[in-house]
Amino acid sequence: MCLRLAGHWTLGAVSRPSPTVVQEAFAKGGPLPTTLRFDLVDVTSYDTALITFLLKCHDFCATTKTSFDFDSLPEGPRKLLHLATSVSVVEDVRPHLPPQSFLTQIGVWAESIATETVGIFRFLGDCTLAFGRFFTGQARFRWSDVWLEMQHCGADALPIITLIAFLMGLILAYVGAITLGHYGGLIFIANLVGLAMVREMAAMMTGIVMSGRTGAAFAAELGTMKVSEEISALRTMGLSPIEYLVLPRMIALFLMFPLLALYSDFIGMFGGLVVGMSMGLSYSQYAQQLISAVDLTNFSVGMIKSFVFGLIVAITGCMRGMQCGNSSASVGLATTSAVVSGITCMVVADAVFAVIFNTLKM
Amino acid sequence: MSTTETIPHIEVRNLSMAYGDYIVMRDLSFDIHRGEIFVIMGGSGCGKSTLLRHLTGLLHPAAGQIFYDGVEFTGADDKDRNHMLRKFGVMFQGGALWSSLTLAENVAFPLEEFTDLPKEIIQETVELKLALVGLRGYEEFYPSEISGGMCKRASLARAMALDPDFLFFDEPSAGLDPVSARRLDELILQLRDSLGTTVVVVTHELASIFAIADRAIYLDVATRTMGGLGHPADLRTQSTNENLRLFLNRGMSGSQGPHDPATGSPFASTAVPQQR
Repeated sequence: MCLRLAGHWTLGAVSRPSPTVVQEAFAKGGPLPTTLRFDLVDVTSYDTALITFLLKCHDFCATTKTSFDFDSLPEGPRKLLHLATSVSVVEDVRPHLPPQSFLTQIGVWAESIATETVGIFRFLGDCTLAFGRFFTGQARFRWSDVWLEMQHCGADALPIITLIAFLMGLILAYVGAITLGHYGGLIFIANLVGLAMVREMAAMMTGIVMSGRTGAAFAAELGTMKVSEEISALRTMGLSPIEYLVLPRMIALFLMFPLLALYSDFIGMFGGLVVGMSMGLSYSQYAQQLISAVDLTNFSVGMIKSFVFGLIVAITGCMRGMQCGNSSASVGLATTSAVVSGITCMVVADAVFAVIFNTLKM
Repeated sequence: MSTTETIPHIEVRNLSMAYGDYIVMRDLSFDIHRGEIFVIMGGSGCGKSTLLRHLTGLLHPAAGQIFYDGVEFTGADDKDRNHMLRKFGVMFQGGALWSSLTLAENVAFPLEEFTDLPKEIIQETVELKLALVGLRGYEEFYPSEISGGMCKRASLARAMALDPDFLFFDEPSAGLDPVSARRLDELILQLRDSLGTTVVVVTHELASIFAIADRAIYLDVATRTMGGLGHPADLRTQSTNENLRLFLNRGMSGSQGPHDPATGSPFASTAVPQQR
């Protein structure tokens, strides 16, 4: 059989016959042709499109045991086709993945949960050992790193914390004013804003901001260091990356987080004051009401939470960074997962605290 | 240098390397002598860098042991291990400089951590080490501000900071222009000659291999074990391993052309994963 091609055989050409035309010609019945020859005299221009067509024809010839006449092709396409067909298709290169049954999928899922859990405990164990060495004065790290991280996650976060806390106080006050105003108890927005900020919102909002800001930064920094082998470089010097990189970050965030939460307590109260004064309350009324409503117990509830939240953000950020894979895509995953797991853990912890403090009547 | 010692400087015994169930190389056994430049060579993906990561303690062997001066490295506890690691200098493929530190701080880091030298001495040492790799004047640059080749050289300066007994190089000349690559080869030779450092180099650059290697080990991806050990010039002509001869002759085996005669393809069958 001789195949005569003509015209433009380029990827941009408007209409090109598909290789199935040949297949159909073969399948029409009758005896199969013994050889497939080509006549490309009338082909005015060609590129990859022609070669892919020829390769399909070649593959098809191989399955039907028709001999493919390379010599009938002009030199250019012939050489390319030779190159493409000289190494036979390598079978079994990809790992063989049979279709998974539902039970297998559950098994795989359970297994991944198990390895994940082991990874978490290993990291926590490493951190505990590192803190053990820290408290016995044996940990090797640089205090300059701690100060620097404190600046990054503490002082540098003040503007965003100020904004969020102020608006939070504002929002709470407005929500309170809707109901309390009806009963003439506008003064009680001081109680609402004060208690909500101190007990709940300050720690929570600081946690969310810090998780998105600092937790993500920890994960991205450590993940990138892992990808660029900077962590390996520390290891080959006999230095522990947990002590050098994780310890300073954890110490810094653990110390800075409660301070930020305390700061946002007061900024939130100030936000409430602005709303209260705009509705006719005086400064002294508001302040007096606030002092009588918020006692030290309420403050300590918020402070205990903020220590724990700080730890959660630091641990999830550093852990996801250290567990990062070796590609740039995994840095993205590590960052996302640091924020998601950080916020999730905080909300869960908050719920546990709610139960505990309720039981303790705090 | 004395090569008559009874205890080899580095001894690798029956080392098998694996990622999970996937075995990279098995049963590697070789010695490296003091003051030797030892090249680990092989095709892409054969496990050269993996072997280096085992030698530097970043990966744990699936089986076998590694000894430094007769002391077991692979089974040592953290304290002994860290002590041994102090004698190592490692230059990573991409440089692996700490990106938050300047070049000077990078080179000074090991000196500050492991010595009690006063600041001025450290600063002078840093200047010298950077000058040795041709980076004098770049002390205050951050790794992100210089080219990849300069990062590699700075990384070498950091690896040399403590005058280590063992220097490990992962693909030192990859990504360098021919002149810089040649300079680096000469630097490696000079380091060995002047300080007696034992150098282990992972590379597949033939020019480098023939220029610097005292001995070389070939990791054969087809058999997943050692394909040859000896001086590269001897291996090129005398090795019984076909893949090794092809490798050292840039794919040309004796009188045959550059193409695999069986298939007519320049991509000879060595590039194709073997059936296992």
